[in-house]
Amino acid sequence: MTKINDIFGKDLTVVNVGLASMAQSVSAQGVKVVDLDWQPPKDGIPHLRVTQSGVSMEDANQEVVSRIRRGGAFLVGMGIARDVIPGMHDHMILHAGPPIEWDRMCGPTRGAVMGALIYEGLAKDEEEAAKLAASGAIEFSPCHHHQSVGPMAGVVSPNMPVFILENKTFGNRAYCTQNEGLGKVLRYGGMGPEVYARLKWMETDLYPALDRALQSLPNGIDIKSLIAQALHMGDECHNRNRAATSLFLRAIGPALARTNQDNETLAKVIEFIDRNDHFFLNLSMPAGKAMLEAAEGVEGSTIITVMARNGTDFGIRLASMPERWFTAPAGKVQGLYFPQYTDADANPDIGDSTITETAGYGGMAMAAAPAITQFVGGTPQLATQTTLEMYEITFGEHENLTIPALNFRGTPLGIDVRKVMETGILPQINTGIAHKNPGVGMVGAGILRAPEKCFKDAFEALQEM
Amino acid sequence: MITKALLKPSEYHDSVSLMLVARELSKLEGIRDAAVMMATEANKSIMAEAGLLTAEADSATPNDLLIAVSAEEASVAEAALQKAEVLLKKKAAASETGEFKPKTIRGALASNQAANVAVISVAGRYATDEAWEALTRGLHVLLFSDNVSLEDEIALKKYARDHGLLLMGPGAGTTILNNVALGFANVLPRGPVGIVSAAGTGLQEVSTLLARRGVGITQGIGTGGRDLKKEVGGIMMLEALKALQQDDATQVLVLVSKPPAAEVVKTILDQVAASVKPTVICFLGGDVSALPKLPNLIATGTLYECALLAANVVQGQSGNVKELLEVENAKLAEQAKALKAKLNPNQRYLRGLFSGGTLCYEAQVIWKEMLDVPVYSNAPLPGGPSLQDSTRSYQHTTVDLGEEEFTVGRPHPMIDNDLRIRRLLQEARDPEVAVLLLDVVIGYGAHPDPLSELGPAIRQAKALAERELLVVASVTGTEEDPQKLSTQIAALQAAGVIVCESNAAAARLTGLLVSGGAQ
Repeated sequence: MTKINDIFGKDLTVVNVGLASMAQSVSAQGVKVVDLDWQPPKDGIPHLRVTQSGVSMEDANQEVVSRIRRGGAFLVGMGIARDVIPGMHDHMILHAGPPIEWDRMCGPTRGAVMGALIYEGLAKDEEEAAKLAASGAIEFSPCHHHQSVGPMAGVVSPNMPVFILENKTFGNRAYCTQNEGLGKVLRYGGMGPEVYARLKWMETDLYPALDRALQSLPNGIDIKSLIAQALHMGDECHNRNRAATSLFLRAIGPALARTNQDNETLAKVIEFIDRNDHFFLNLSMPAGKAMLEAAEGVEGSTIITVMARNGTDFGIRLASMPERWFTAPAGKVQGLYFPQYTDADANPDIGDSTITETAGYGGMAMAAAPAITQFVGGTPQLATQTTLEMYEITFGEHENLTIPALNFRGTPLGIDVRKVMETGILPQINTGIAHKNPGVGMVGAGILRAPEKCFKDAFEALQEM
Repeated sequence: MITKALLKPSEYHDSVSLMLVARELSKLEGIRDAAVMMATEANKSIMAEAGLLTAEADSATPNDLLIAVSAEEASVAEAALQKAEVLLKKKAAASETGEFKPKTIRGALASNQAANVAVISVAGRYATDEAWEALTRGLHVLLFSDNVSLEDEIALKKYARDHGLLLMGPGAGTTILNNVALGFANVLPRGPVGIVSAAGTGLQEVSTLLARRGVGITQGIGTGGRDLKKEVGGIMMLEALKALQQDDATQVLVLVSKPPAAEVVKTILDQVAASVKPTVICFLGGDVSALPKLPNLIATGTLYECALLAANVVQGQSGNVKELLEVENAKLAEQAKALKAKLNPNQRYLRGLFSGGTLCYEAQVIWKEMLDVPVYSNAPLPGGPSLQDSTRSYQHTTVDLGEEEFTVGRPHPMIDNDLRIRRLLQEARDPEVAVLLLDVVIGYGAHPDPLSELGPAIRQAKALAERELLVVASVTGTEEDPQKLSTQIAALQAAGVIVCESNAAAARLTGLLVSGGAQ
């Protein structure tokens, strides 16, 4: 046991809670002081320790974080959505975020749905597509209800090729489409011949080439390992995937060359991936999903395993209540805009890509990606502070995903609803910005915080648990 | 006159930062008065008294920030409100560009694993939670905050005891740990004396008097004023005492407290007897002759004697300080005789205006012995006469301006001289007042230059008194303190103040000036 005497003669390091003048006078004596930016707790936030049925939240969270840490994410193959995604059928369209019907969908999601119906050949033009979408003949369902995730509008239609990721530790899988690139693209609600042509090429050329290459790799590609490496190369694997995309190309390159006879197609495939810094996003997202889904269903946990937006609503789900969405209106992104666009053109926050923050990278790992700060508006120092702040609301840290600038500390992992409510610190999100109207596409990028209401409601539900 | 206010919902700043902003605002041209405060009920009533409470405050909660100014012109008031926002933002910006500041103790520990002490000074209603957070994470705690319940104090201290940690407080203003001053404390030499004190300024007074005699300390551990109450049972004093008894560097022990409950005295003395180390106990104003005789125990009733006795033990001299005190008291009597001649027959009363609670207490102990009339106080000795209204003096009066009724929602008078200055001028206007007694406590945590504000105020008080208003003071501090002892003494003397060696001497001189009638 420690004794009071143990402190005698030791160097002091003081944590100051309260008056700044106290910290100053200790610091003036050459003693290290950590001066808290202390804020009074919000009124009426009780300390939750055990559920009403007596389950220790601490133990439950330990289990959740341990499962996420132990989880692996391997790209094991590809397939067509209709054939591989559980519950998918010919008249189903998946979308990002919590459940939503056509009449409440935002512009970019509507655009992506219409575009997908045209791509599928179910409608010949936008007008017909809109009519079909509104008719009730199409079933809309969140990606998250089908072990899937989708960036921005997150639309997945039956004939789209998807990556298949497997969490080899727990055996569960996750699915995601191939990334189209930036600009006028379906996931930002872009429509038009060039959008459909690209999607078609991705189906007929890109997918078979990648699929063949993956079939020649019996162990697949370790995506979690690529994320870990990319964090050491300036990516946070949400809004910056440049290093990870390069790493992916290196990992799959020899297999691509061995399994594809047509050099011109091969060159186009490599070119397409190389020109799209976000190609890896559609791998980092399902990797997060694969790791998080394995942690769902732990009774008593206060950690979230889903955080997603459909452009109208923002929703979260708890590891302890994986069936239940807690939603709030999607927030406004503080961003930088491409020329000719302003925040008046912006759609509210959208996409499943916040799965990366939920899984302990993306905005949580801002400190690893100083280069991204200009893209989303900010400074490298702010990036470091953001990550340090996120440790205040996470239950644990990753073991394999680390940040060099923080002396290889593990990234903040496991957003704990209790800590969000106690500190008032909301999760940091990095994101792209879609135009609010269907058919336009991406107009900028930025940062924002998750809305408080979701966490408040989840916290109330936890008190009843 | 126009009063304008601005309510900033859910915006928190600590009281010292807010005081600094309020001070800047009051210096602006055309501003009569300014308040920048968290909207607690206590603060609202302070603002109401100052005529600064406007309709904005109606909906304000304690988590909201309230800024109010009064000025001759609306435009000046508006400008001041804007200035306040700029000043508050500047403070926020500094922390944004500087090093990352964690928001919670947990966050602080995650990136600073070497952290071993928490200093907690947040409002009492939050302090208990923070103290638990710190203790359960293995930190020693200096709990500066007041308004922590006795039950919480007992629970925290029991936990600390069972886990080998210090829980110093609540209401512990002073601790010197490994020669680092935490809270209000002075720059002291290292030496063989280990002090445990349930009285904050008592610890400062004894340790600085020792320092002026060339005697240093190992540790100076504050336990909070309630530690020796029956309910708490002296948990922390006992634990700290045991630790110092086992500490090789500590050769002489000093314990300081108001007289504890009888059963607590017994436990403490049992522990004192468990060691051979000489132990000087100061139970302020207690009947030390009633204490059992122990070979290593030296008991006394004032801080001054306590310091003299401890210094003697360290320096290998006899335990008897009677002779020295007799000489000193004779000198004070001479000095009093000369000063008394300047007073008119109407000037009958003394008024003590203290920032240090223990010093106020020690003065009363001394007066009780030498005066046959009562001295009223807002913090009287047990059985002593209470002031009806802390803000109005009656006959002989001494006030502890650090008491709760004065400090809720505002910084301590050792940091903020404002309240004492107002009281000083109030007393100066009372023709029956003969002498004012002040303490000036310097060192870390205290005002960076108290005399820069007290000096002019004393001059102003003397000028408006229209009679010879005597002002007596002592300075608790050392030459090495940032404010420098000699600088403060010189500034007091320049303002016409009679400066004594110790608080005890200053109290004695003041008592002599009002005893035996005017001459």
